[in-house]
Amino acid sequence: MPDMSNSSKVSTPLPTREGQGGGSKPIISLSPHVHGGDSVQKNMYGVCIALVPALIASLYFFGLGSAIVLATSVAACVFFEWAITRFILGREKLTICDGSAMLTGLLLGFNLPSNLPIWIIIIGALVAIGIGKLTFGGLGTNPFNPALVGRVFLLISFPVQMTSWPVSGQMGYVDVETAATPLAIMKTAIKTGDASLLNDLPSSLDMLLGQTGGSLGEISALCLLIGCIYMLVRKIITWHIPVSILCTVFVLAGLFHLIDPSYANPVQVILSGGLMLGACFMATDYVTSPMTGKGQLIYGVAIGVLTVLIRDFGSYPEGMSFAILIMNGFTPLINTYVKPKRFGEVKK
Amino acid sequence: MNVILIAVIVLGGIGLVAALILFLAGKKFAVHEDERIAKVAEVLPQANCGGCGFPGCSGFAGACVKAADKGSLEGLLCPVGGQAVMEQVADILGMKAEASAPKVAVVRCNGTCESRPRVAEFDGAQSCKVQQMLGSGETACAFGCLGCGDCVAACQFDAIRMNPETGLPEVDEEKCTACGACSKACPRGIIEIRLKGLKNRRVVVLCNNKDKGAQTRKACSVGCIACQKCVKVCKFEAITVDANLAHIDAEKCKLCRKCEDECPQHAIQAFNFPPRKPKAEEAQSPTSPTPNPSPVREGE
Amino acid sequence: MKTFHIGGVHPAENKLSAASPIKVAAIPKQAVFSMFQHIGAPAVPVVKKGDEVKVGTLLGEAGKGLSVPVFSSVSGKVSKVDAVLDSSGTRRMAVVVDVEGDEWLETIDRSDKLVTMKDLGNITSEEVVNRIKAAGIVGMGGATFPTGVKLMPPPGTKAEAIIVNAVECEPYLTADHRLMLEKPEQILVGVQLIKHAVNCPKAFIGIEMNKPDAIKLLTDLLKEKATQYPGIEVVPLKVKYPQGGEKQLIDAVIGRQVPAPPALPINVGAIVQNVGTVYAIYEAVTKRKPLIERIITVTGKSVKQPSNFLARIGTPMQQLIDEAGGLPEDTGKIIGGGPMMGRALMSLEVPVTKGSSGLLLMTEKESRRGEVSPCIRCGKCVSACPMGLEPYLLASYTRLKDWDGCEKNDVTSCIECGSCAFTCPSNRPLLDNIRVAKQTVMGIIKARHMESISKK
Repeated sequence: MPDMSNSSKVSTPLPTREGQGGGSKPIISLSPHVHGGDSVQKNMYGVCIALVPALIASLYFFGLGSAIVLATSVAACVFFEWAITRFILGREKLTICDGSAMLTGLLLGFNLPSNLPIWIIIIGALVAIGIGKLTFGGLGTNPFNPALVGRVFLLISFPVQMTSWPVSGQMGYVDVETAATPLAIMKTAIKTGDASLLNDLPSSLDMLLGQTGGSLGEISALCLLIGCIYMLVRKIITWHIPVSILCTVFVLAGLFHLIDPSYANPVQVILSGGLMLGACFMATDYVTSPMTGKGQLIYGVAIGVLTVLIRDFGSYPEGMSFAILIMNGFTPLINTYVKPKRFGEVKK
Repeated sequence: MNVILIAVIVLGGIGLVAALILFLAGKKFAVHEDERIAKVAEVLPQANCGGCGFPGCSGFAGACVKAADKGSLEGLLCPVGGQAVMEQVADILGMKAEASAPKVAVVRCNGTCESRPRVAEFDGAQSCKVQQMLGSGETACAFGCLGCGDCVAACQFDAIRMNPETGLPEVDEEKCTACGACSKACPRGIIEIRLKGLKNRRVVVLCNNKDKGAQTRKACSVGCIACQKCVKVCKFEAITVDANLAHIDAEKCKLCRKCEDECPQHAIQAFNFPPRKPKAEEAQSPTSPTPNPSPVREGE
Repeated sequence: MKTFHIGGVHPAENKLSAASPIKVAAIPKQAVFSMFQHIGAPAVPVVKKGDEVKVGTLLGEAGKGLSVPVFSSVSGKVSKVDAVLDSSGTRRMAVVVDVEGDEWLETIDRSDKLVTMKDLGNITSEEVVNRIKAAGIVGMGGATFPTGVKLMPPPGTKAEAIIVNAVECEPYLTADHRLMLEKPEQILVGVQLIKHAVNCPKAFIGIEMNKPDAIKLLTDLLKEKATQYPGIEVVPLKVKYPQGGEKQLIDAVIGRQVPAPPALPINVGAIVQNVGTVYAIYEAVTKRKPLIERIITVTGKSVKQPSNFLARIGTPMQQLIDEAGGLPEDTGKIIGGGPMMGRALMSLEVPVTKGSSGLLLMTEKESRRGEVSPCIRCGKCVSACPMGLEPYLLASYTRLKDWDGCEKNDVTSCIECGSCAFTCPSNRPLLDNIRVAKQTVMGIIKARHMESISKK
């Protein structure tokens, strides 16, 4: 069977035979004859809409800087998607309209500090789209979340620029003060074993609203939650991944906190860093997450465990992106071994 | 110095233990393969093309040995190596090679876009098997080519291509190895693996329609209507009509081309003959409802 | 609210003809009776060209094995016995009758009077089943499985619940809905007959919540005449496709799941009958009327008067469309059945058969499938599949021709409901490919079975 799709078929003009329906030929196809109307675009732009609250929050807290970062990131991602598919892969079909490149750009931007130089952002976009996505064939075939590939590449290549976050509330773009993020404080507290350091953490409410340092999109957990609920209501994602990640992190961090108070309390752990962004938007990426509900639960729990372990025992303060990337790698395995419950299946 | 020594001892130790495990595992899990399989595989082309219908050359070698144990190599042919290789294989296995004349795939449908108008439009996965589930498909002929190219996809040798003008697949005789993959892929059994014939010349009924004549005529202007004229004109009893469809036995056919002239539907066509004398051509063309595509298809 | 437990989708209902009462369609000038109106072996024609037939005359007797007889729904002269194009798109054996007048066999009771169980006296279970078999009744929801066979549970099984399928989960179709509104008591008597035939005390009528009038009518009737119709219960169900699938309905109504094939519903103690079949059973047993007419919905967004017809079997579809206001200009697709599982027809010459539940005309624009894009692995097909399968996986195995993989992933359990392709955001023809796989794997299994038999 050739490409079993019904798209491009060379149809030669034929002498029409007088048939029914005003001379036109009836269309024949196998059932179903109706479609639910869902489309890739709807899903991709749906996620983009869900990111709007967080976008507004980032504009509010970081001002012009965030606007420049996001605009650069989105524009670069869309441009690279177009340029690479058109000139290197030689595909005629335009893929930038499906919204996936734009989404990657937005998510990549959300993972960057607001004062990142533009050239670094462009490199990040090139890696995200070029290596993270199109090397593997484009949308649907990439094993790892492209935005995260871009971010982790930048994090490892430009650690200084990537980890000096302006304090939120500063509207300027250059020459900003940088402050320790909640994650950095937590890390120091664990390393030194000094629980009193945790008193420097912003209050949970501040972290929920976004009065804290960090990457563009990750500061306001509340806005991200609103977006997540929007996606759940629109049925763009299911509850499995966000809930399992958040619950696992909460339980595990709570456990550590109870054993040793120099570990931050679980509420602050959940609200800090990229956890909310990762759980709601990055881990739920269709392409790189498992297909079945059961598989998604396993995936989510594993991400939660890995995140807490990396945060508490690893050398980086943030573990979310690494955890997601690692589990992206396990997704095919989960898909192979975790099957949905078949109808009428008897438990053995 | 000490560090180096420790390293050498540790690594050497690991190496020894691993070697021991490997040795034991090799003994324990050794698979005894028939020696003949390796021998047969050696003479095969090792192209692993799958043209024989088995997964790679070693798969074919295994099948040969199995068949030899049963007593016959019939039906097994390496299309790439051909007769010569099969003789070698037979030698190794102590068998006699089956004499096989070269064969080629023939698409037994000539229902081009003009001669077989479409009565419906197919919308769905571009696969003949899918269209086959919709009754007669896009045209009114329930036996003709569906045109989605399952045969093209099945061919390992790039020997069959869709002609966008006619909407029919065409076989490249040079490349075709008669492996039969296309024939199996066709849900309507249109493609016949046929003797290549003397000097590659063949006379073939290019139709697969088993409907009654009147219905065939409605669906296609070049379909076999089972009028029996070819049967009557054939002196060698090479043509039979079965289930409203004429068939020419390639072994009996003496390539006289009488049936070709006789067929009112131009369903019988001759391949690879030198161009006819002008007289015959004149007599043929005016009655023809469709400008006959050149029967000589080689070298396209 | 009860419903089935795995997967499901919710297509736009579009029940355009729900409010239009059943109209009696005109008798056609020529009627075509296919010998292949059911699953199993075809019927064998017993008439020849020139024979005079009446309404109710046997045209084809049941073939060997699984089969049912075919009766004439018109009176007139047999004009030919030949292969004719039918709704499957292929030519198959059929009897064509040129209609003259409308003469019925005298054995058929044509009155409208309700016949109750009491009127039937001491009818035996065997007699009920025999009358059903003799009337050529098949499942009228579209599956066309011979009903008589279903009512004879194999040894070792026992019917514990009769489930009447009045779900009509297919969008557009309203034939069953109208039937319930217009012939409620006849249906209840029909249910009693089935209960009697298989000696089962309990019956459920499963109706989706989008037919509140039918639910109310039947519930009230059962309350009013509780002593006359004991052991029958109306079960309102949440609207979800494919609730009308036999397995899904059993799960929804009595909460039992039928295991994978070869298990049958009767293995979990259930017998499912479509409400149209129940009505046909009533008519066959009480009025001695063979299956010669059925209710068919003719509908579509561009159809002038979406209607429900009581049509004689063998009536050409063209005539029904004419009666519903003619074929709209921009018709792109003609579907026999509903939009989710119906068959696209190539010609309007095809006749109404025992399984024709509807005729749906779609506009050119509605008919075309959307552009296919790559799978984005969203998993929506997996969560939509009511059988708990992985359509994306089966479709890609099909492309790789990995029939072994398809078999291991239970492709044969697929009920071809179309939920996967319906829900796919990339418009991928998932079910097309799965059908290919299912067909191929079934062939492989059969070949293997034959081989194992020949070895023994």
